[in-house]
Amino acid sequence: MDLTMLWYLVPSIIMFCAGVFGFVTRKNMIALLLSLELMLNSADLNFVVFNRFLFPGQFEGMVFTLFAIAIAAAETAIAIAIIINIYREIGNTDINSVKKMKF
Amino acid sequence: MASTLPILILAIPFAMFLILGIGGVKMSRKLAGTLGILANGTLAVLAYIVAFTYFFSGNPEFIVDGVRQQVQVFDVTWLAFTERMVVNIGFLLDPICAMMLIVITTISFMVHLYSWGYMEHEPGFQRYYAFLSLFTFSMLGLVVATNIFQMYIFWELVGVSSFLLIGFFYKLPSAVSASKKAFIVTRFADLFMLIGILVLSYCVSHTPEEGPLGTASAFNFLMLNAHPTNVLASTLGATFMGGSVLTWAMVLIFVGGMGKSAMLPLHIWLPDAMEGPTPVSALIHAATMVVAGVYLVARFFPLFCVVPDSLTFIAIVGAITAFYAAVVACAQIDIKRILAFSTISQIAFMMVSLGCAFDQPIEGVHYSGLGYMAGMFHLFTHAMFKALLFLGAGALIHAVHSNNYTAMGGLHKYMPITHITFLIGCLAIAGICPFSGFFSKDEMLAAMFARHWFFGAWMTMVAGLTAFYMFRMYFLVFWWEENPDYKKHDHKPHDAPWQMSLPLIVLALISCVAGFIPFGEFVTFNGEPYHIHIEPQVAAVSLTVAVLSIALAFVMYFKKNALPSKFKNAMPALWQAAHRRFYWDEIYLFITRNIIFDIICKSIAWFDRHIIDGAMDSMASVTQWASVRIKGMQSGTVQAYVIWYFLGAVVLAAITWLCIL
Amino acid sequence: MDSVANIILYFVVAIAIIVFSVMTVTSRKILRAATYLLFVLLAVGVFYFQLGYQFLGAVQIAVYAGGIMVLFVFSILLTRRPDDKAPLLDSHRRAIGITVAVAGVALLTGALFTMPLIDGMSLTQCLSAGPEVTMKQIGELFTGTARFQYLLPFEAISVLLLACIIGGVTVARKR
Repeated sequence: MDLTMLWYLVPSIIMFCAGVFGFVTRKNMIALLLSLELMLNSADLNFVVFNRFLFPGQFEGMVFTLFAIAIAAAETAIAIAIIINIYREIGNTDINSVKKMKF
Repeated sequence: MASTLPILILAIPFAMFLILGIGGVKMSRKLAGTLGILANGTLAVLAYIVAFTYFFSGNPEFIVDGVRQQVQVFDVTWLAFTERMVVNIGFLLDPICAMMLIVITTISFMVHLYSWGYMEHEPGFQRYYAFLSLFTFSMLGLVVATNIFQMYIFWELVGVSSFLLIGFFYKLPSAVSASKKAFIVTRFADLFMLIGILVLSYCVSHTPEEGPLGTASAFNFLMLNAHPTNVLASTLGATFMGGSVLTWAMVLIFVGGMGKSAMLPLHIWLPDAMEGPTPVSALIHAATMVVAGVYLVARFFPLFCVVPDSLTFIAIVGAITAFYAAVVACAQIDIKRILAFSTISQIAFMMVSLGCAFDQPIEGVHYSGLGYMAGMFHLFTHAMFKALLFLGAGALIHAVHSNNYTAMGGLHKYMPITHITFLIGCLAIAGICPFSGFFSKDEMLAAMFARHWFFGAWMTMVAGLTAFYMFRMYFLVFWWEENPDYKKHDHKPHDAPWQMSLPLIVLALISCVAGFIPFGEFVTFNGEPYHIHIEPQVAAVSLTVAVLSIALAFVMYFKKNALPSKFKNAMPALWQAAHRRFYWDEIYLFITRNIIFDIICKSIAWFDRHIIDGAMDSMASVTQWASVRIKGMQSGTVQAYVIWYFLGAVVLAAITWLCIL
Repeated sequence: MDSVANIILYFVVAIAIIVFSVMTVTSRKILRAATYLLFVLLAVGVFYFQLGYQFLGAVQIAVYAGGIMVLFVFSILLTRRPDDKAPLLDSHRRAIGITVAVAGVALLTGALFTMPLIDGMSLTQCLSAGPEVTMKQIGELFTGTARFQYLLPFEAISVLLLACIIGGVTVARKR
């Protein structure tokens, strides 16, 4: 039995779709952020897997993943700052109470 | 000739326009008037120097073997469209141009001086002088143009200055509508002129460069006039509705001249233009701008000659207009209107004269170019005596505060200077020896008789009418019966102050002696001198007719009697028709209102409002309708956005996948 | 042929990822959800190790599982009490979520199994085909300017992180 690329992609798909499900169904903004991290991780994993199985001699997938992790850290920090600010303003972190983003 | 003087001649009036136009509001009337008069005096002196240098210096630049040359003092490229379509700005010096320089600057100076008294109490005095300077500049630019396009530019500029000056009393609705009328009618005619220019330059600019038309600009007068037959050949024999293309081009260009010179049927603006200040009428609508059409024909004379049909057209239009205007002038009450129709009639005289000239010898005619010389001669003398008459009319209006002769009568006792000078003007225009009009009119009639007896006889009749209506006005104003209103006023009518009387006297003197100028020595169609001699038969006939007409006027109008009203009652319809100018204005109103506005414009407006605007409006309302429907989608709920986004991505991915499979 | 240890490791990690990611998004207690996410992240880190990217795995554990998770836990504790429970999902919302997720899984899986590129090499072959990723290589990757070297993005990321620090401070500080 060989561990081919397919094996690694299947958990990645499920992780991604779980993230989508969470993002669509949850109400808490932090939970939304958690779902976002899931999706991001799935993408990272895909980069690495493609790099390893399709272009074993190169490093681009890995480098991309490194950058993605750095950016994800930055993004999470900012997002959490915003969420805390919103919490201070309106007293909860419900995504449905922030609906003025349409103008 | 160095180009300093010519440039100064154009620069001084333009600078005055800027100075008075921009700084006028800060100036006192005295300063503005003094500046304007001084600048114009200087300008007149400079123009005299240029003209006298041209005519009398004997410099080989200007005269070779007794033939006067056309000289381009300078000619600067301004706009180069293609190699041949080049618009230049320059200064062309030739006999007619030098003559026009004298006419324009003299009359302009006289009018500046006269306005000093006439406009003294009018608001906007400085603006008035600025506009006068603008007009002088544009008119000078027109006559010195080296090419048809420069001429066209200044042609429009004189139209603008005329518009501004007619509408000078802009608080009077009649003045405003008169200025609009003048501008629209002349502009309408200029459209045809532009088409003519484009047709002509198109033909010329498409000839091979090896030909005699060479590589010069297709607009240049010297080049066009030097090779008229090649210009005709450049149309390659193309015809349109029976006429060669060149004929059509020249006729179209002449239509522009018809508009400016108030030929039938484009004459309707000139009588109304009398709403402007009287000195303006003297300068623009009697002496200078309205003869631009004549000048245009003279300028293009060689080209008109290669298509003689166009010359015949000019002569016929002129003949009809001259008669029409003379008849109408017999039935007017407003003295400025009478003078306006007289102007139309006299300009038509010049047109007929030019139309009867030809640049090649004709069998049985001892000098075929006589009409050209005579037309220019009459342009010169007419400018002087018609300006005189207008300024005299201004003095009368100044004295009695009315334009109508019914408010005048018996004025010879009160205004002797005006009386004598006005009489001289009337005698000159009637063609009585030895006043200037006699000589020029005699030469014109001789030229017309030489061309065809009909033109001669017809125009002799018009000359008789001229004498009649001028003396009708003269007698009604200065004799007839003293108006009892004079006694009611505190101050009786009196002669105008010296600023107004001096121009009258100067112009009267010029009108007395101008006929003795050997005009043929200076201005002929080909620059070769021609010795003027009086044609005894023609002179005798025209003089007899004029004297008889004056006698008739004397009988009818010298003392108050019932004769005029008898005539009037004998043919009321004719009198009414002539008084109403044969209903031309009504015809135009009918055409514009009932046909153009009501039928054409209204349907176009309907189309615009319902079809074009409707299409735009429905686009807007469809957009609005759709946006009302879909604006709920922008709910502000991030998760809804994500759902749509993800579903979109899924659909795209599905499509891609299906395509790859 | 991969070694049995690798296969077993794979299965353990894959099942962990699947189970914990589903639990992350279904748990009603937010602190627990964060913990499940931590497990997912660690599992992914293990995958990185297994695929031969030791540095990447270390970064994943240090930055993600270490740094970001701490942020999450802090923010959760700042914004609600630990025993708060999310309300039960209404059926409408759950239906939408399940539809979207299932559609995604179906499409991606379908695509995955029909694509030709899956007939690749086994993990062992790949590991032997590619050279070992040394720290020296990674250092050169991030500090060179030649082709396939990333000094400029590296610098950009540093600026981004700086901006992020300033932004975070500005947004979150008390006025």
